[in-house]
Amino acid sequence: MGAAQQSATGIGSENGTRVGPAGASAGVLQPHTVGERDMVQLLDAAGNRRHEDTFGPYVDELDAETLRGFYRDMAVVRRFDAEATALQRQGELALWVPVVGQEAAQIGSGRAMRPADYAFPTYREHGVALTRGLDLADLLKLFRGISNGGWDPRENNFHLYTLVLAAQTLHAVGYAMGIQRDAAADSASEPAAVVAYFGDGASSEGDVHESMVFAASFNAPVVFFCQNNNWAISVPFEVQSKVPLVNRAGGYGFPGIRVDGNDVLAVYAVTQWALDHARSGKGPVLIEASTYRVGAHTTADDPTKYRASAEEEAWRAKDPLQRLETYLRAEGLADDDFFAQVKNDGDELASHVRRATLALGGANIRQKFATVYAEAHPLVAEELAWFENYEAGFAAADTQTSQGGAA
Amino acid sequence: MKTMTIAKAINEGLRATLANDAKSFLMGEDIGSLGGVYRVTEGLKAEFGAHRVMDTPLAESGIIGTAIGMALRGHRPICEIQFDGFVFPGFNQITTQLAKIHTRSDGQLSAPVVIRIPYGGGIGSIEHHSESPEALFAHTAGLRIITPSNANDAYWMIQQAVSCKDPVIVFEPKRRYWLKGEVDTENNPGDPFTAHVVREGSDATIVAYGPLVPVALAAANAAADDGHSVEVIDLRSISPIDFDTVEASVNKTGRLIVAHEAPTFGGIGGEIAARISERCFYSLEAPAIRVGGFHMPYPVARVEEHYLPDIDRMLEALDRAFAY
Repeated sequence: MGAAQQSATGIGSENGTRVGPAGASAGVLQPHTVGERDMVQLLDAAGNRRHEDTFGPYVDELDAETLRGFYRDMAVVRRFDAEATALQRQGELALWVPVVGQEAAQIGSGRAMRPADYAFPTYREHGVALTRGLDLADLLKLFRGISNGGWDPRENNFHLYTLVLAAQTLHAVGYAMGIQRDAAADSASEPAAVVAYFGDGASSEGDVHESMVFAASFNAPVVFFCQNNNWAISVPFEVQSKVPLVNRAGGYGFPGIRVDGNDVLAVYAVTQWALDHARSGKGPVLIEASTYRVGAHTTADDPTKYRASAEEEAWRAKDPLQRLETYLRAEGLADDDFFAQVKNDGDELASHVRRATLALGGANIRQKFATVYAEAHPLVAEELAWFENYEAGFAAADTQTSQGGAA
Repeated sequence: MKTMTIAKAINEGLRATLANDAKSFLMGEDIGSLGGVYRVTEGLKAEFGAHRVMDTPLAESGIIGTAIGMALRGHRPICEIQFDGFVFPGFNQITTQLAKIHTRSDGQLSAPVVIRIPYGGGIGSIEHHSESPEALFAHTAGLRIITPSNANDAYWMIQQAVSCKDPVIVFEPKRRYWLKGEVDTENNPGDPFTAHVVREGSDATIVAYGPLVPVALAAANAAADDGHSVEVIDLRSISPIDFDTVEASVNKTGRLIVAHEAPTFGGIGGEIAARISERCFYSLEAPAIRVGGFHMPYPVARVEEHYLPDIDRMLEALDRAFAY
């Protein structure tokens, strides 16, 4: 497996270059050909376990309970996603960002993290949020217009969703540099790393480039986790890049791994490897998880306008849940009772999220006045005072009106 | 009391911060061994180490974005943007991320990042090296913006910016870096987000900040020769603005001139004029008058003397105010 593996990690002799055509200058670095590169896969689309030397051992040591947990997480997130989509259709959310199809990339990478590690998500990391222990109902505050955040990131080391794509990759690198500074000040501090999530669309943003430059220059303990779901709303991956994104790692001077993003075992294993690499002071790693956004970009989107249903069907055949179910059943690791229980867990989570969302109540403009600045601010205070006076005027008018009506 | 230039005062202020706050550190382009293109950080890397005075890659968004991440981890980054015109690659991180993180997190997080920006013209430099973009940032809620005009404020305001729990942009008047002044290193001048009356007068008020404070003082002196008593206010803080101090002055003098190098259209002067018109309507003897740059990109150095407000431009504005 060695040669293919080396190519997949970008660590091997080939490492981003290939021999150019005869007559080409020896000094010319030739680009990769477009198309499939070697991809780490431990569970194929049919549910067959594949042997692999570097990453396989990370999965070999997992017990049945953990493997069933991967399935459970993916299944309940899918159920949660369906409930959130329904809530949007019923007018309870302004918008929803479906995650269906990307469950393995998110559960696999999220489960590889330790509590001391820190995740910086985009706005679609609902599966990662589950692995970090968030109450998923909190995710919906953003989409219901109650909050622009919704949870305290410090409780679960899961940062707020970032909508200006790629901005969070720099925050992730900075946070990782902060971990480095803390480790330098206290050698007994627990080693930790950061996972910076982004997608194929955001990979074109300058901030991703700058974040990789900073991460490389300062050897920051960060794992860049790119979910290449092939579509940036309506624009296909080929418009973002002519080569697999993993190839870029070589340009920055750190390892890159391309992984089957619909194989939760492989994603878990490569993320473990990358986090170990980062935590041990060896610097950043780029992971490109090849996956597919089976649903729409958001509930405001219509994929029938820009892509063929045959493509969607081809990817549905690579479904991350189905292949793990096949494997668990074939190995005798899970039975009908387990899958029934998972369905029940999903329904309970969905029910909880629906109840919690409908009970959220409204937002408070006074809370917004109170959180513009951390310290007292005269302009905010003046405008709040004006607003209170203005509102009080309506209240007084209402009182007069009702008194007049009663007389 | 010590006498030093504004550049040296900032350097001393940064030295005091680095010594007093173990979580603080400097980051920016060429600030380490070189000591910054204006030598404001000179000697600090040698004294505190590369860990505390960090040369970064040439990437302003990267500087601000990673500073946000480090601040979220509890560190106190002090970023240098090399020149005013080069802040724009970092504009997105400042306005959509840094300014909003406190409110986005419903008050749970704060990112007390300090951003130092040398600004303003009058140094005969090339394009992008002489701009005054402060209004673009003042328009963004969540940021605080201060600008010292003298060495004492320069020494203290940078330290006060680092102590603040909110993000603070410190606009440094680059053409006054070599202006000397007395610095009292024992007693700070109080709240940095307040204006100071730097010259008392009774007939008109000139509000200025940063590089134009010395110009306003010179104009007031010249006006005194014509028998006019002009009060000068050093605004010091551009966001928030200390309207109370300006209001009290204009209620006394009845005339307001606001001067800045930035274009008048959509600028800080317009904001002050509008608010003071509301607050001081019955005290005003003349409309508030703005003196500032024209509605053009900062011009080439050979004509910048026509663009920048000078003593005569302020006197002309005073003449108009007195003509009502």
